[in-house]
Amino acid sequence: MRSIDIARYALGSLNGARSRTALMLLAMSIGVASVLVLTSLGEAARRYVSGEFASLGTNLVIVLPGRTETAGGEPSMLIGDTPRALTLGDAQALLRSSLIRRVAPLNIGSAPVSYGGLERDIPIWGSTAELLEIRHWKMGLGRFLPKAEWDRASPVCVLGQKVRKELFGNQPVLGEWVRIGDRRFRVIGILESAGESLGVAVEDMVIVPVASIQRLFNTSSLFRILVEARSREAIPRVIEHITRTIRERHQGEEDITVITQDAVLATFDNILQALTLTVAGIAAISLGVAGILIMNVMLVAVAQRTTEIGLLKALGAPGRQIINLFLAEAALLSLLGAGLGLVIGQIGNGLIGYIYPDLPMGTPLWAFVAAIGVALGTGLLFSLLPARRAARLDPVQALARR
Amino acid sequence: MIDLENIQRIFPVGDQEVHALRDINLHIDAGEYLSIMGPSGSGKSTLLNLLGLLDRPTAGRYRLDGQDVTTLSDNQQAHLRRERIGFVFQFFHLVPRLTAAQNIELPMVLAGLPVDARQLRVQQALRDMGISDRAGHRPDQLSGGQRQRVAIARATVMQPGLLLADEPTGNLDRASGKDVVDILETLQRRGITLIVVTHDPELGERAQRRLHMVDGTIVNDTAKP
Ligand SMILES: Nc1ncnc2c1ncn2[C@@H]1O[C@H](COP(=O)(O)OP(=O)(O)OP(=O)(O)O)[C@@H](O)[C@H]1O
Ligand SMILES: [Mg+2]
Repeated sequence: MRSIDIARYALGSLNGARSRTALMLLAMSIGVASVLVLTSLGEAARRYVSGEFASLGTNLVIVLPGRTETAGGEPSMLIGDTPRALTLGDAQALLRSSLIRRVAPLNIGSAPVSYGGLERDIPIWGSTAELLEIRHWKMGLGRFLPKAEWDRASPVCVLGQKVRKELFGNQPVLGEWVRIGDRRFRVIGILESAGESLGVAVEDMVIVPVASIQRLFNTSSLFRILVEARSREAIPRVIEHITRTIRERHQGEEDITVITQDAVLATFDNILQALTLTVAGIAAISLGVAGILIMNVMLVAVAQRTTEIGLLKALGAPGRQIINLFLAEAALLSLLGAGLGLVIGQIGNGLIGYIYPDLPMGTPLWAFVAAIGVALGTGLLFSLLPARRAARLDPVQALARR
Repeated sequence: MIDLENIQRIFPVGDQEVHALRDINLHIDAGEYLSIMGPSGSGKSTLLNLLGLLDRPTAGRYRLDGQDVTTLSDNQQAHLRRERIGFVFQFFHLVPRLTAAQNIELPMVLAGLPVDARQLRVQQALRDMGISDRAGHRPDQLSGGQRQRVAIARATVMQPGLLLADEPTGNLDRASGKDVVDILETLQRRGITLIVVTHDPELGERAQRRLHMVDGTIVNDTAKP
């Protein structure tokens, strides 16, 4: 029997039992659609988190004062009660490696910021020009901290959007002087609103040169050193370099902690990947249910078409051919169902993306392949039993029925 | 053409056995016109099914065109059914969703013949049966006589040597039954071997050779007085 004839015959019998066909298509397409929607959701969550980390800065290595014991969890110091402070000198020393592209020292504090009659306590970040690039922030207005000697305490500052709104309303802001603590700073730029970047409210902060904040809070230590490696591959060597450099500067004491966002990201990535697979697995169960439904309906179809099967045998169709006819029916159903499911799934994904624009919806290619493959697989697998039952029918008995 | 030697067919029913055929010996030449009559349950249909390779004997040997077919595999038997044997049933057994033409085409589709050859033969068969104008009709749009003519066309479209009919007029009124018999006899005159099981004595008498069966045995064969 020719393939085209098998397909036509299968299509004919599907068309001959419309409600049965519709029911199976529905089951199949719901299964496929749920696989697509659920995997897309999982993927979206993964990408969302990765995106958040990327906005933190790529190839970022963060240096903290004090040593974190991996076993204890609580940071504990090797010697003395307080960790040896990180200094601007430490940060500068790190620059001497070709593996490192940028270094930004960071201090954070909170101080009253006032303009005109208005005053508010606002987080103050002290850093250098490199911070902007390391954190992938953008300027909304004006410019960022000037590229100058790190120990120059220029009286300039950059404001977040919210700070600007609260202190200045709609008035022009560039070139104005604000008071931070007991010092005056000239506003030279406004950050572009970037929303919440992994817990950092970019809108609600004031950035000043690191030397200025050290004078403001009367300290010489740093809160963090942010280091950008030249490449992802260089990160292990960068960590090694940092540890060695600081150890040398700290009289042989290893009293810093170096963390990479890569490690954190990898953990998150693994968790979310597992989540996606779990969710996809759950969705695959619905495909399995669809498969069982197909089996049942196929068994009914075999029972209903007993005489037809008997006739085919009497006309000289061997068992194999009858199996092929039923499997072709199942394959057609599965493919049509999968096609329908793809459409429904994409509409569903589109809707979710429309309702939650922040979620980067998008179905991974493997999910398409898996959904169609599993649909076809279950369709065929669960039709095997009915098809074989049909092929084994005794033609005499089958034809004895009217 | 057909040689049956000591054929038995026993159906196990529960822990009992039903002897549907007891020691049948029969020789049929190519081109013969044979009728099988007898009371209900005498084994006529069972014999016909054996001849058509739809069933296997419990014991005995069946040779078709000199070839022992009792030892063939299911697939080989299916092949023989397709190429050499045509069936006509009391209840027509047309596929309801297919048109008359498609029903006739079905055996050739199963055999994998090319489309244009199929079309040609279908047109010819429709003309032979005098139902060319009904080609596109489905079975439920046809009369009983027309349905049986479609069934005969389907049974003969592969040009088999043997045509088996189990009460072909059993479900028809006299007039259309007569038409169907005319068609079968025309086919027989053109060379096909025709075996008809019937309860209708008038139809049975028309055959050149008549078998009478009772309780699984052939009690009378006009070829062996
Ligand atoms: N599948 C079966 N299982 C058990 N017994 C069967 C089976 N098929 C036929 N028989 C028995 O075999 C015997 C012959 O049956 P068969 O159908 O050949 O009779 P028949 O001569 O064709 O009768 P009718 O004129 O009513 O069609 C009957 O006693 C019947 O009950
Ligand atoms: Mg009978």
